[in-house]
Amino acid sequence: MKNKYSIFSLIKNAFSHHENWQKAWKDPQPKKEYDVVIVGGGGHGLATAYYLAKKHNLKNIAVVEKGWIGGGNTGRNTTIIRSNYLWDASAGLYDHALKIWEGLSQELNYNVMFSQRGVMNLAHNLQDVRDLKRRTHANRLNGIDAVYLNTEEVKKFCPIINTSQDIRYPVLGGTLQRRAGTARHDAVAWGYARGADEMGVDIIQNCEVQGIKRNGDAVEGLETTKGFIKTKKVGVVAAGHSSVIANMAGLRLPLESKPLQALVSEPVKPIIDTVVMSNAVHAYVSQSDKGELVIGAGTDDYVSYSQKGSHQIVEGTLNAILELYPIFSRMRMLRQWGGIVDICPDASPILSKTTVQGLYFNCGWGTGGFKATPGSGDLFAHTIANDEPHKLNAAFNLNRFVSGDLVDEHGAAAVAH
Amino acid sequence: MFLINCPYCGERDQHEFKAGGEAHIERPKQPTELSDDEWAEYLFMRKNIKGVQFERWNHAHGCRKWFNMVRDTSNDEIKLIYKMGEKPPSE
Amino acid sequence: MQKKLRVKTSEYIDETNRVSFKFNGKSYYGFKGDTLASALLANDVHLVGRSFKYHRPRGVMTAGSEEPNALVQVNDNTDRTEPNVRATEVEIYEGLEASSQNCWPNVNFDIGGVNNVISPFLPAGFYYKTFMWPASFWEKYEYFIRHSAGLGKSPRKKDPDVYDHKYIHCDVLVVGAGIAGILAAKNAAKNNLKTLLVDEKNELGGATIYENREFNKIENQSSSDWLKKEIQGLKDIENLEVKTRTSVAAYHAYNYLLARENLTDHLEKKDKQGKIRQRLLKIRAKKVILATGALERPLIFNNNDRPGIMLSSAVKKYADFYGVICGQKTVFFTNNDSAYESALCLHNRGIKVEAIIDIRDNSDSKIVKAVEDTGIKVYWSHTVVDTSGYKRLKNISVMKLSNDGMSVTGNRIEISCDCLGMSGGWTPAVHLFTQSGGKLSFDEENKVFLPSKYPSEQISIGSCNGDFKINQIIKNLSKNLKDFLKIEQTDFDNISVDIDDEKSKRNIWLLPSDKPIGKTKPFVDYQNDATAKDIKLALREGFRSIEHVKRYTTTGMGTDQGKLGNMHALGIIADTAGVKMGDLGTTTFRPPYTPLTFGTIVGRNVGEYFDIFRRTPMNDWHIQNKVEFENVGQWKRGWYYPADGESMHQAVQRESKAARESAGILDASTLGKIDIQGSDASEFLNRVYTNAWSKLAIGKCRYGLMLNEDGMVYDDGVTTRLGENHYLMTTTTGGAANVLGKLEDYLQTEWPELNVYLTSVTDHYATASVCGPNSKKILNKIIPDLDLSDESFPHMSFKEVKLNNVKCRVMRISFTGEHSYEINIQASYGKSLWEKCIEAGKEFNITPYGTEAMHLLRAEKGFIIVGQDTDGTMTPIDLQMDWIISKKKYDFIGKRSLYRSDTMREDRKQLVGLVTDDPKVVLEEGAQIVSELNQSPVEMLGHVTSSYYSPNLKKSIALAVVKGGKNMMGKKLFIPMEDKTINVSVANPVFFDEKNKRLNA
Repeated sequence: MKNKYSIFSLIKNAFSHHENWQKAWKDPQPKKEYDVVIVGGGGHGLATAYYLAKKHNLKNIAVVEKGWIGGGNTGRNTTIIRSNYLWDASAGLYDHALKIWEGLSQELNYNVMFSQRGVMNLAHNLQDVRDLKRRTHANRLNGIDAVYLNTEEVKKFCPIINTSQDIRYPVLGGTLQRRAGTARHDAVAWGYARGADEMGVDIIQNCEVQGIKRNGDAVEGLETTKGFIKTKKVGVVAAGHSSVIANMAGLRLPLESKPLQALVSEPVKPIIDTVVMSNAVHAYVSQSDKGELVIGAGTDDYVSYSQKGSHQIVEGTLNAILELYPIFSRMRMLRQWGGIVDICPDASPILSKTTVQGLYFNCGWGTGGFKATPGSGDLFAHTIANDEPHKLNAAFNLNRFVSGDLVDEHGAAAVAH
Repeated sequence: MFLINCPYCGERDQHEFKAGGEAHIERPKQPTELSDDEWAEYLFMRKNIKGVQFERWNHAHGCRKWFNMVRDTSNDEIKLIYKMGEKPPSE
Repeated sequence: MQKKLRVKTSEYIDETNRVSFKFNGKSYYGFKGDTLASALLANDVHLVGRSFKYHRPRGVMTAGSEEPNALVQVNDNTDRTEPNVRATEVEIYEGLEASSQNCWPNVNFDIGGVNNVISPFLPAGFYYKTFMWPASFWEKYEYFIRHSAGLGKSPRKKDPDVYDHKYIHCDVLVVGAGIAGILAAKNAAKNNLKTLLVDEKNELGGATIYENREFNKIENQSSSDWLKKEIQGLKDIENLEVKTRTSVAAYHAYNYLLARENLTDHLEKKDKQGKIRQRLLKIRAKKVILATGALERPLIFNNNDRPGIMLSSAVKKYADFYGVICGQKTVFFTNNDSAYESALCLHNRGIKVEAIIDIRDNSDSKIVKAVEDTGIKVYWSHTVVDTSGYKRLKNISVMKLSNDGMSVTGNRIEISCDCLGMSGGWTPAVHLFTQSGGKLSFDEENKVFLPSKYPSEQISIGSCNGDFKINQIIKNLSKNLKDFLKIEQTDFDNISVDIDDEKSKRNIWLLPSDKPIGKTKPFVDYQNDATAKDIKLALREGFRSIEHVKRYTTTGMGTDQGKLGNMHALGIIADTAGVKMGDLGTTTFRPPYTPLTFGTIVGRNVGEYFDIFRRTPMNDWHIQNKVEFENVGQWKRGWYYPADGESMHQAVQRESKAARESAGILDASTLGKIDIQGSDASEFLNRVYTNAWSKLAIGKCRYGLMLNEDGMVYDDGVTTRLGENHYLMTTTTGGAANVLGKLEDYLQTEWPELNVYLTSVTDHYATASVCGPNSKKILNKIIPDLDLSDESFPHMSFKEVKLNNVKCRVMRISFTGEHSYEINIQASYGKSLWEKCIEAGKEFNITPYGTEAMHLLRAEKGFIIVGQDTDGTMTPIDLQMDWIISKKKYDFIGKRSLYRSDTMREDRKQLVGLVTDDPKVVLEEGAQIVSELNQSPVEMLGHVTSSYYSPNLKKSIALAVVKGGKNMMGKKLFIPMEDKTINVSVANPVFFDEKNKRLNA
């Protein structure tokens, strides 16, 4: 049983100079065989393992991670959490996640700093207005909190936005989801890892999958840099590297892995108290608890696994930021980085069985997977444990690319987060 | 920022170009003969290789010509550029 | 008591030029050439700011861009304010105002200092472990966390400065103008290579220029004198451009580098006006030479952060370069010889050096002997175990180190001092190298990471490549430069260099104290208050990767990006975990090297230059006639033309009525126009549109619908056959560029066998669309020679005519359902054409109408707008446009996708008309449609895509997409709004003139 984290444990440990804290998770060598192996130790993968152990009573689970847990897109994203998606299937999926977020710190006994400071999406032309109103109406009927704001209301909610109608892309209105917000990305990975570890999940870092062994149409195990691991069920949650793993099993996926960049400014005292997203001009900004402006840029248009993008993308994003927030002109970029996002043709994820028995994929989250972390883990665990999808992720199957039944969220997600 | 050697214009900055995805996926000549699965394979399924990949680029803000590129997607090193219609190198 | 804090006149400081400035509201003066840091130190101001977490008093620690502590808000409350500026980088100017940050009410008495008292309860990551109860309180906790975090304040006013970009292409870029960079640049340029040399400082020469090392001689001169002559010589070299105050921020692939050239920050306010503040240089270099130097390391010991504790090299630089004395009683603490240079320099200037604490057993180099000869006491094998003095260092406690360096023995020795210069050795500045994709290897002997694998045409030279001594630098540079630049010789191949060699080395990443580590505060990251015990805690809790430790403890995450402490963090992790540093790897150095102003990155691309506006040739007329514009794509389109006192609704109603009752005129110039020529043009159109084109007669027009390969509607427009092998295609306004791109793609890559040429002619023509029952009469007045009879010029046909000798293309096509003509004329005549139409139409009350009335009129006719009534999920069949799909054609783009199981479903969303029970109620576009009320969750059948009040029908009309709508004609449905439910019924989407009688009226 792990020590519970609380103000009292903090005080108690202060008197022993913090010498007696337990390990948040162990550092085991892989066993010969597991019931389920999750490939990918990001937020989604760790959450999947956590829910497999917690809700499906599976105890012999491993998470194998090529590098260090939470080191991929979990630790590289701009942490926006919202559920105001257009289509019923997406709304169901993302709001399921949002509901878990609302109690996640308590459930994990790890403060993931989920901060419901609201997310605003701006409209810059008449079609944006129509689209955002359409989305707001759909959200309302789906039980998701969403309101449409006119320009004055946008200004009132976030006074530093330049709402002059004379700018190049004037703000014509926007939507607000108050339950939406941000969370501390690293804490999500660490909290799930600690929770999963406590229930006996082996979290194996620096263990790269090199091959998937199949017996006919069924999975038999994984070749890894730490040896062969026998298992009949493999859940792949490898984000940008999903296609690489799929290729090992002889599958092709409808994915392209592209660079997505983000940046932060130097920390300053509170200046923006919500999250503002503008799809039309590619400007997404919030302020972290540390005080840094957190700014999401767009994706490049080519496939790359280099975790680097082109400067023009960053420049374009900052052009838009200064157009909407002229006061930030003298602020400075402190750090800039890239991640690899796996993008589906319909900008919706895949949480699905495959043609290989025992091989499951959770991928295609594109630029916006972080927000779904708890819901994705929960539903993927269900899919793996029952060998069939939960009704909330049924639409996100691989067959939709054959039938044409896509969940086209370009309007809602675009290059958004 | 890549420096791309357009086969028609010479070396130009990346911002003049647009990427067009995996190369040598030929549009089926007889789409009606294909099963839904085969059509989906053409439409959506991609190798998405980590490593040396064949891909299409367009000198969009230049001569507007399409051409092929061989690039290592793990480090973005451009290995080779050749014109549309030319045979891909074997290695 | 006024202390004497300036030594002899430094040649870099102009003591005849006094500069007054304010710090925390108090006036001081310094001299031209001072940085804010040197001027403050000269005024005995050591307490500059407070740290991020514990709000501990902090002072100037360095003399460069690696400064973690002395961050200030510059010119607070003005429009040129800037937070988090390093005092060590601010060149003072008359009128400069700076203030301390992150403290309240002031830097001397900061309430936040309580955090230091309760610091035992605030270990690394404490926030992950608490603030969870009660759940609803996180918001309140967070409020306080947010307000105590952050450093300076964001500007609140619009930036008055302008920024710029410049592209530079050069053969060789040399980054860093220390001795290595200067020699490299000089020799590159002399070999006819176009060379750019940049340095972040305002002076060339790096450390060598002021650092007169006692025993370093080049050609029997002091190294600085020798280098000064070299710098003098640079002026006369062709091919060489030198830029100072220019900091390279990022090194991207393919030798693409971004540098910030600072042009006005050092100037007085009056001199800043009207000048470019900073310029972003976008440099593409054939070859890059990195000569970025090395950064001195601090030492990690208990309470190593007090104001007065500085880097040894900084103490020396303040004395040598700025002529400033950092303390009356100075002690040096070191693990190498370089602190002895500092000690000797101070001693020679008459500044008292109390002692040197050296963790090594001994050193027999000349400089050490020279220092010992002065009588300065050296404590060999000793370490500092503690310091005291809250706002200024007062005292250090020193003890003897055990042999293994893990503990201390004996008694504390107390030394009173007000300045401690520490030197933990040197870290090569490999940031840019790693940004470029370079791989590092660990040099176990010198405990440094060095460049090992270059990803592009580049080399690292000098101390950033591990060559710390001038003789090494010059020797290796001579060889490497010749190889790299492929030149025969350099002009320093044979110069003589004498140096004092350092032989003794000892490195201890975390120095022991006589207290248990839990009771100490050995800071590794000064700015973020991350200590060695935080790192050890992280390791204890299972964080093993350097990235984990960094993120958990926030080490290296401050505005200095860990330039000072990252190596120590690695070392402490390696020592604690028992692994080799080389195996541990480094964290990623992310761009930029030093923080880069947003405005600089953006340059001029704000305001009117953020994105172009495209305006039609009739734009001026629209403005003169009080148009309201709508932005469509990049275009400014007339939205509506309100008459005096008219609301938008009134104007649109009037315009729409006029178009149907007499005549209207629309500026349609923005529609995309693609000229298609070639012997296979017809075949090409057959393949890209859903309908057939081969049989279209010359001079006729046809509407076409273009799909994506996935079967969804992509674009539409009318295409005219101008000749046997010549078509003019029109596209939607917003889709024009994409359509052309897509067509070119297919043409070049899938169908190269087709002989077809595509040219965008959107900007070449202006288009006036005249519609309404009187349009024929108006056209007749303008072009009397043209036979407008239905026989000669029927609907969907085209004529080429001359208007005052200017060729025009007239199409009789209609988007409103009215009898209508589109006149296309060479763009430069657009306004004149328009005015002619208006003049000719006066007697018919010709009414200019904008996009809103146009949308209304076409909605009355049930015509779709791609992008408004479609959203990338609608097939032609969904739009009830089955008629446009040729049954005869074997293939066209998107055809196969129409036959997939989902696209063939009968109950897909289909385009229908909606009428409200109450004809006065206009639906909201975007509103959702349901068939059942009182259900939760309720199934949404679709949404309203277009909705207007029709003045011609005198009722509200709407287009909508509804699941299975095709078979719902007349069905009652509901629109649940927030405050009410609107009853509607499904109708034919063609509301007006269903038989198209008016087209030929």
